[in-house]
Parts: sequence; structure tokens; C-alpha cells
Amino acid sequence: MQLITAILQPSALDPVKSALADAGITGMTVYDAKGHGAQSGTVEVYRSQKVHVEFLPKICIEVVVTDEAVDTVISVIREAAYTGQIGNGKIWASPVSRIVRVRTGETGEDAV
Amino acid sequence: MDIASQLNTGWMLTATVAVTLMLPGLALYYGGLSRTKNILNTVMIIFCGFAVAAALWVLFGYGLTLGNSVSGKGLIGNPSGLWGLHSLVGQETPKGAVPGILIAAFQLIFAGLTVGIVGGAIEGRMKFSSWVVFAGLWVTFVYFPIAHWVFAFDSPDGSTIGGWIANQLGALDFAGGTAVHMNAGAAALVLALFLGKRRDFPQVGRPGNLPISILGGGLLLVGWYGFNGGSAGGINESAGVAVTNTLIAGCLGLAGWLIPEKIRRGSATSLGAISGLLAGLVAITPAANSVSAVGAMIIGLIAGAISFWAQGLKEKLGYDDALDAVSIHLFPGIFGTLAIGFLADPATPAEAAGLFYGGGLDVLWRQAVAVVSVFAYCFIVTALIAWVLKKTMGLRVPDSQEISGLDTTEHAERAYSLDGV
Repeated sequence: MQLITAILQPSALDPVKSALADAGITGMTVYDAKGHGAQSGTVEVYRSQKVHVEFLPKICIEVVVTDEAVDTVISVIREAAYTGQIGNGKIWASPVSRIVRVRTGETGEDAV
Repeated sequence: MDIASQLNTGWMLTATVAVTLMLPGLALYYGGLSRTKNILNTVMIIFCGFAVAAALWVLFGYGLTLGNSVSGKGLIGNPSGLWGLHSLVGQETPKGAVPGILIAAFQLIFAGLTVGIVGGAIEGRMKFSSWVVFAGLWVTFVYFPIAHWVFAFDSPDGSTIGGWIANQLGALDFAGGTAVHMNAGAAALVLALFLGKRRDFPQVGRPGNLPISILGGGLLLVGWYGFNGGSAGGINESAGVAVTNTLIAGCLGLAGWLIPEKIRRGSATSLGAISGLLAGLVAITPAANSVSAVGAMIIGLIAGAISFWAQGLKEKLGYDDALDAVSIHLFPGIFGTLAIGFLADPATPAEAAGLFYGGGLDVLWRQAVAVVSVFAYCFIVTALIAWVLKKTMGLRVPDSQEISGLDTTEHAERAYSLDGV
């Protein structure tokens, strides 16, 4: 089992959510995040005072999947989030050692 | 009470309620401009400064401001016999007049709001206890005397002598361009200088909640009808002219800020719109009953532009007037007071003629003397108060408190709790 984490543009949430549903992924966790990669921040102006905003709004999507689904899910997310612009984000996978479904007590791949 | 008195009293009650809207208006306007960690501290600065002024007004401030001038010099009112406002009730109200106790309440709000405007300079770094003491000392030694100079008129029968600016000098300040706005703005400048800059000035980050500021600015606009309209003292042409000019100058002030902002900075901002609106309202305050509608347009437009220009000064000159009382109140207040010298229209209720209406320099020099005197007195006495407090109580919170924010460290509260964690 692996945890797939995708840090994406906020505008990518809807296409990625639909693409994952089409690919048969039933659950995910989404939250607002702030950060930057190679892209630098932006400048906002309040009463002529420039404010350098280093961290830009992003969304973070987390999905736990079985080992054999990892490649498919990563490519589904990447295709849905791709615009070709700088700042499209990153996706990574990390191993998950245990997993338990709270309601049934199922463990391992049954709980994914 | 005759019918004219009753009607006038009805309007003054309404104006008193309207002008009270400026208290939450100012608190929200300044609060939203503060950083997220200091919004409640800023609201407390406004409300508590107001309450301190209210208490002192009842005890002796009314007497110092509107009492019979000591030795007829026009420098300060005599509070004896007026302590606690007691002698204002149970009197027969003269024909057409408004009860003295209601005028006292209306003027109390002016005192409280003026203290609040000063509070714009100190965001995020002043000890709350020192602010409360400062508010009491400042309203007593700076506001009450200056308000006496500007707002206390000789009584028609000559039994009560008023302030020197309103009577001997004869400068025109309808609702407080000098006594309220430039006075508060100059005090804010002094306090900012004594406090020093915030740690990360000028990179202090963005305002915590702009929509809250915009709501506050809107409440201030509504309250301003009471402020200027009520300064007419009753139902008359002066009140109508004042309310109309107030609205017009506010709208043109908004344009006066946004046009240069769009040209120079590339964007017309919502904060710029509110800032220009307030600058226009400030500038028309002294001139509300002495200029035509076109005069109000000119005053508003130029005031917005002056305010936009003055905004650049704090970084250039290095004073951290955090929420911009200097650029929004001091400069437009001075400008509006002086503009009367050019634009006063003899057809308006004030019946004065400025330079552009063939009145020569007669009005202008009186306005200039009023501006210079109020600025000089306010600057020197405010500096004395700030210096004494700095040496005794201390003005500034420790760095650790400034970094954590004053909401949690001074008031044990947090402004936003949008989730259940």
C-alpha cells in the first residue's frame, strides 16, 4: 500500500476529483495548502505598500492505494492537473506500513 | 419646549444616534487593517479610548470645552458649575434651541472618536495600559483645549465667551477639520515617532480582514451624516448643505485616490476606494456648510489625491503610522481647512467668500493661522505626554509579545476560530 500525495493548483481540484472517480478511486482527503516550488511568489499592494507573498495557495490531495494501482493513479492525477504552466505542482508516493478501517476493523489491502 | 425646539431636538437625537455608528465603524475599519493577530487589540484601543474620553467629558471635559472662557481669553473653558453636567438639566430651553444636555452628548462623541483616530498609529506594539492612560491625558490636555478654541461660540447675548479660533480669529471649521482630524492625525504622527517602528516595518504583511475594513468604512460614511449634519445644530439649510456636500466629497475622494493609483500602481484597489472615500469625508468636514456642491467635488477629488500621495511618506521618512491616520486624517484635514479660504461660496449658509469668489485673502489667512496653531499645540503637548509616559510606564510591549500578537498576549482572546480545533 502506498500514500499518494499531490500538491496542485487549486483550479486542478475539480478535474482531478472527476478523473479519480472515473478511475474507480472512491476515497480521498483534500486540504488547502500554501507553498512554492521553482515558481517564486507574487506581489500584492495595500495602500501603495508592496507585500511580497512567498507562499501561494495550493491544494493537497491524499489517496491511499494498493501497490498495483500506484502507477495508474499517479498518471490519472498528472493528466488531469496538467496545464503546461509553471507551478503545476508535484505528486509523490510513500510506503504505508499499516492501515485499519475504523468501522469494520479490516486491515491491510482490504481496508484500502 | 416650543415646536421649533422639538423639531430641532428630534434631528439632534437622530444625528447623535447616527454619529455613534462611527464608533463601531472606526473600530472595524482599523480592526480589519490590523494584522490577524492584532485585530481585537485595535478594536479595544478604539472602544476603550472612547470610553475614557466619555467619562472625562462628563466629569470636566464639557466644561473645559464649552464652558465660559477663563478670563475671556478663548484658551480654555471654565468647568466650574458644569462638573458632571448637572447644571444642564432642569433648565428652560430657549425658543428653537436644543437642550444643552443633548448637545453635551453629541459633542462627547466627537471627543471619543478623535481619541480613536489617534489609535490608528499604534497597531501591534503599544502596551494597552499605556494607551488607556495616554487617551485620558491626551483628551484632557490636547483635545478639550483645542475643541474649546474651535467649537465654543460666544453666546448671542455675550454672557458666555467662546474659543479664540471660532470667535476672535473667526476661522471657519464647521465640524472639526482642525479640532478633530488634523489634531488626531498630528497626534498619531507624534505617537508613532515615540513608539518606533514595528519590528518588520515596512514589510509588515497584509491587512487581516479587508471586507471588515470596508464595512467599517461604510459605517463611517453613514455616521458622517450625523457628524456634519448634526453640526448644523438643528433642522435648517446648513444641515441640508452639509449632508449633501459630505456625500459628494466622499464619492469624489474615492475617485481622487483610485485614478492616480490605477495610473501609478496599475490596479484600482478596494482598500484604495475606502481610503479615498474617507479622505474626501475628512476634507469636507470643516467646509461642509461653506462651499457649493462643485466646491465639495473639488475638495473631495484633491483630498483623495493628496492622501494617496501622502501614503508614500511614511516609508520615505520612516515613521510607522501603522493604519495611516497621517495620510487619511492629517493631510486631508489641513487641506480641507485651507480650501475654505479659496472655495468658500457666499451663497452657502456660512456666507463667507473665499479667494475664488472675490473675498481676497481674508478667509484664507484666518484658516492658515488656525491650522498652524492647532498643529503646533497638538504636536508639542502630545510629545510631552508621550515622553512622560515613555519614561514612566513605558509605551511598548516586549518583542516576544509583539511577535505573538497582542490579541492573545494582552486580551487572552483570538479573533478567528473558523474550525472546531
